[in-house]
Amino acid sequence: MKSRSVVIGLAAFAAGLVLSQVSALAASAEKGKSAFLQHGCWQCHGYQGQGGVTGPKLAPNPIPFETLSNFVRTTNRAMPPFSKEILSDEDLADIYAYLAAVPKGPDPKDIPLLNQ
Amino acid sequence: MARRDKSPQGSAAKGPDVSRRKFMAGAALTGAATAATAQVQAATAPVAETAATPPRLPSALRPNAHMAAAETGTPKELAKAAGPDGSDFMVDVIKTLNIDYVCSNPASSFRALHESLIDYGGNKKPEFITCTHEETSVAMGHGYFKATGKPLMMLCHGTVGLQHATMAIYNAWCDRVPVICIGGNDIDAAYRAPGVPTYHSAQDINAIVRDYTKWDDQPVSLQHFAQSFVRAYKIAMTPPHEPVMISLDLGLQQEPVRAHERETLYIPKYVPTAPPQADGAAVKEAARLLANAERPVIIADRAARTANGMKLLVELAEALQAPVIDQRARMNMPNTHYLNQTERTAALISNADVVIGLELGDYWAAVNAFIDNGHGGLGVNEARIKPGTKLIGISSIGLVTKSNYQDFQRFQSLDIDMAGDAEASLPALIEAVKAAISSDRRAAMEKRGEALRKARADAHERTKAAAAVAWDASPISTARLSAEIYAQIKDLDFSLVSSANVSGWPNRLWRMEKHHNWLGGSGGAGQGYSAPAAIGAALGNRDIGGRFSVSIQADGDLMYTPGALWTAARHKIPILSVMHNNRGYHQEVMHVQRLANRRNRVAALGMDRSPIGTSIENPDIDYASLAKSMGYWSAGPIKDPAELGGTLKRAVEVVKSGQPAFVDVWTQPR
Repeated sequence: MKSRSVVIGLAAFAAGLVLSQVSALAASAEKGKSAFLQHGCWQCHGYQGQGGVTGPKLAPNPIPFETLSNFVRTTNRAMPPFSKEILSDEDLADIYAYLAAVPKGPDPKDIPLLNQ
Repeated sequence: MARRDKSPQGSAAKGPDVSRRKFMAGAALTGAATAATAQVQAATAPVAETAATPPRLPSALRPNAHMAAAETGTPKELAKAAGPDGSDFMVDVIKTLNIDYVCSNPASSFRALHESLIDYGGNKKPEFITCTHEETSVAMGHGYFKATGKPLMMLCHGTVGLQHATMAIYNAWCDRVPVICIGGNDIDAAYRAPGVPTYHSAQDINAIVRDYTKWDDQPVSLQHFAQSFVRAYKIAMTPPHEPVMISLDLGLQQEPVRAHERETLYIPKYVPTAPPQADGAAVKEAARLLANAERPVIIADRAARTANGMKLLVELAEALQAPVIDQRARMNMPNTHYLNQTERTAALISNADVVIGLELGDYWAAVNAFIDNGHGGLGVNEARIKPGTKLIGISSIGLVTKSNYQDFQRFQSLDIDMAGDAEASLPALIEAVKAAISSDRRAAMEKRGEALRKARADAHERTKAAAAVAWDASPISTARLSAEIYAQIKDLDFSLVSSANVSGWPNRLWRMEKHHNWLGGSGGAGQGYSAPAAIGAALGNRDIGGRFSVSIQADGDLMYTPGALWTAARHKIPILSVMHNNRGYHQEVMHVQRLANRRNRVAALGMDRSPIGTSIENPDIDYASLAKSMGYWSAGPIKDPAELGGTLKRAVEVVKSGQPAFVDVWTQPR
């Protein structure tokens, strides 16, 4: 996937959410892809965040950053929480940038193999 | 124990330096044994230490002519034992049960039965299938039964071979599959050969599998064997189906039929036992609850033992217009039927007012959730059902519950709990349900059915949308992998004989309407099941004819029993094996990550992306070359999804020609 930077604040603004300090920082999708692998997000969500039986879809069109961030830090559901000590705010912002940059795939109606 | 004959071997064995080869040479060595005994006597006679004493005898005397002839000459033809051979009679017994194959890695402890099977029995019914590991032998029988409904026999060393076989037997036990396991065992310590054959003998070989076999025995006479073998078969084939174990004494195999038995030996007639059925009064009460429920849910796990079981489940669901959740240990419900609502499991369970579970492996988990998070690492238990939800169960597994291994899962209280085989009990339940539905309920049921029809259609669209995400990704998504395979086999009478954990995509995307379209999983989740069980099932499908066997093979699983591939090639078993190569023990990848997070530590990755100890990378295994070396047509690794369809098409043609084919595909984790 082509590497590019995104401004997390825009996405959060569109969602009508209050921006956290870290999410206002410019983040790197390229760094986020590395962090996504380094921190094991791919294990349950797939290399492109597509999801599966072990974890929900994260991309394309990720949920608002603040919602994602809150969940990552405090989840008491199936996903184990990631504290700031093991996943920094900067890395989390980069991961979000990576997820936001995942291109939208083809419409399932246009995939013959899904309409056999 | 059984070796009562006074054979030449008996006297020869008294000599301390008689080798195994000479031991086996039988009568020809009688003279040599005498000479050897003389040597020992001479060597151990008291010797006075005086000057007049003749010189010491050397420790090794020159052999006399008789001994030299015995050592170097061609053994004389062995005298045929008087009367028919014991193991020939065993073959006669085995043949009465119409067992198609015996899967085995050869071993001396059943050499007599081996020889009788191929030479006396003509290597037919059963035919010998050469396996490279005892785990493969059992797992092939596991898969074969699920494809054909017929059990196979496996032969192994009763000690070291059975130790290899145990995990596969446990899988069969958890999956309720009959396998007739025979372990060779040379019991008589006074007569068995020393050294390795004695290492390979034990008082009670069956002990290590007794916790997960339905019955076992160690016959001490041929008549005893006949009774035990037929009994073992009968017990294994009575639902709940389970593996059985017989310890087979080598002496009993090798000795001739005793004189007093020649006129009296008989083979008991096998008559199948009718499966246990649920109690009639309990069935009526369950039917009343179901017929009056607003939101009933049917959950099926190992309910449909046969194709008829599927028909019965459809009939029950349609009578109630109730959704079915197929937990897929068997092909219980056509996935195209509008009442198959497996994709909506969570919503259905949480809203149900009556739930009936049919042969559930884990009823607790069907109506509760365990969250492996929080509470200091203990995890959290949550009810998934509303308070007051009525729970009904029909299961035969309680009839054979044992103590040690925890395959019985957590305890779940039920409102109506029926001990019986679900498939055998369904006709009575269907009849009772139809009788219990009042005319004023029918309209509401029809309305419920229409709502379910729409809900299923919507759920299927969501499934396709989920499959489309990361459609062009590399490594290849498991949804794409599954769709590409289906494109090549959808017009064939396919049988998905085994599948790795690919998020259930085949069951969600393929049209599965026949019982053999899907054969379920391993049962006990013991690794090393998939490759041999798939090949065993493919063997059954080959013999039935017209079925195309396909397996989605996990990489970690294959490395337990890669030799199974050779067995498939050796015996010309056609199967398409497509590798879900995610390059790791992925369940453990996630477990170690979870624990690292819980302890607020960054998981050490080593040279891979997975925590140390969980990946199968660096070096990457060349599975295509591995399969090719075993005699498969093979291709891969395929990393570009655009290349997958063409490769699979070529592989399908190979399989249609009667050969096994293997395609290695680099995939997303799940």
